[in-house]
Amino acid sequence: MRGPVWDWEFVIEILPRMLEGLQTTIVATVIAFGVAAVVGLLMALGRRSENRWISLPTTLVVEFIRMTPLLVQLFFFFFVLPRYGLRLPALLVGVIALGLHYGTYNSEVYRAGIDAITKGQWEAATALNFSSFNTWRRIILPQAIPPMYPALGNYLVAMFKESAQLYAISVVELTTTALTIGTETFRYLEPITMAGALYLLVSYPSSLLVQRLEARYARRG
Amino acid sequence: MNGEVDLSTRLRNILAIIIALLLVGTAFGVQMMVDTPDLPPFDLLPTLLRGLSTTIMLTVFGSALALVMALFTGILRASPYRIVRWITSIYVEIFRGTSILVQLFWIFFVLPLPPFNVSLSALQAGILALGLNVGAYGAEVVRGAIQSISRGQIEASIALNMTPTMMMRRVILPQALVRIVPPFGNLLIELLKATSLVALITLADVTFQAQTLRQSVGVSRVTEIFGLLLVIYFLIAYPITLGVRWVENRRQWA
Repeated sequence: MRGPVWDWEFVIEILPRMLEGLQTTIVATVIAFGVAAVVGLLMALGRRSENRWISLPTTLVVEFIRMTPLLVQLFFFFFVLPRYGLRLPALLVGVIALGLHYGTYNSEVYRAGIDAITKGQWEAATALNFSSFNTWRRIILPQAIPPMYPALGNYLVAMFKESAQLYAISVVELTTTALTIGTETFRYLEPITMAGALYLLVSYPSSLLVQRLEARYARRG
Repeated sequence: MNGEVDLSTRLRNILAIIIALLLVGTAFGVQMMVDTPDLPPFDLLPTLLRGLSTTIMLTVFGSALALVMALFTGILRASPYRIVRWITSIYVEIFRGTSILVQLFWIFFVLPLPPFNVSLSALQAGILALGLNVGAYGAEVVRGAIQSISRGQIEASIALNMTPTMMMRRVILPQALVRIVPPFGNLLIELLKATSLVALITLADVTFQAQTLRQSVGVSRVTEIFGLLLVIYFLIAYPITLGVRWVENRRQWA
């Protein structure tokens, strides 16, 4: 017989499974962030392109992805890709959709970071006869990237939380684990509350860390 | 050289073209629906749009609750009483620190159980989760806007012998409210997108309707179903963005 309200024994009993779910959540988040970092860069470069035939479609795609729900994008990839013969594991589909969605957010961070470099830096690089590649590598990126860390960090934390939506395509991460335990045992109070607590336990210290980064770059700037 | 002017004109032209294309596209779509209601993929629209009122209702009521929570909590976070600041920051950190989906599930599955015994309909649960979650983000925006009011303004109000309430009402809020419009526009888009999550607690919004269609019409048309669904969300969100940009431009001009 379980205790009537909050049952600590039950909490201890399901903790290992919950932590396993948390591990999947973290793995999915980290890989998806890698995808978002690369996709975001491609999108930012595409939008900055001088060629209108590249910049305009990129802008449209980015705005479209940003303004539609992640959940629907997850369903889209999960149900549509197999129609074209691409049968991927749910976790991989989730990582791709999450990465693509947050890639659009990251691309804005990159754009703002690059735009923040003053014109004089570009002119100086030209005056010193730097090649385009060297201008980016030696002048622009070293100055543009560090101030981006706080914003990128915020999105990493956001992705960690939003990865709960992978539940909808049956990836067995933290939220799915909590709900599965709920339906198995008819006890929802402990697993769902624990899921919330575990999200908070990871995201709160992470966002404090991001705040410290922010303070650091604000001082320099 | 007036490169700046060129750029903004070009942007405005591009925007005009996009809007024109959207309008023409919508007009064509409506015309085709009227002429040939069975023409794919538009035969799917009536079923999908049956969920539209739920999505819009969630967006409207959710954002109303979010606005109230944001203003209320945001102002209280500037309170001189430490206990008030603690309570409000616990609310903000819990709702910002956990996933909105978990909050929704908690409200829907846990709240009806003892020791809470609060049974809510799926619609009420959805509105509550959306409002409380986005309200917590909004509270931070309001707090930031209040803090951004320069020290001199506050000193001037003190010098004019204003009470703290009067200072808040006459000096700080009127200036802060103008600054929160653009971030609140973004939050509104986030809220609209988050309404789709209620499909997971069986509330029949547009996303839920799409899932129903997928089961009834069959796998062969999933591309059309979810493609249309994405377009529907975009068509609701895009005017909101345009509206926010319009307000922002007017503010700069004023």
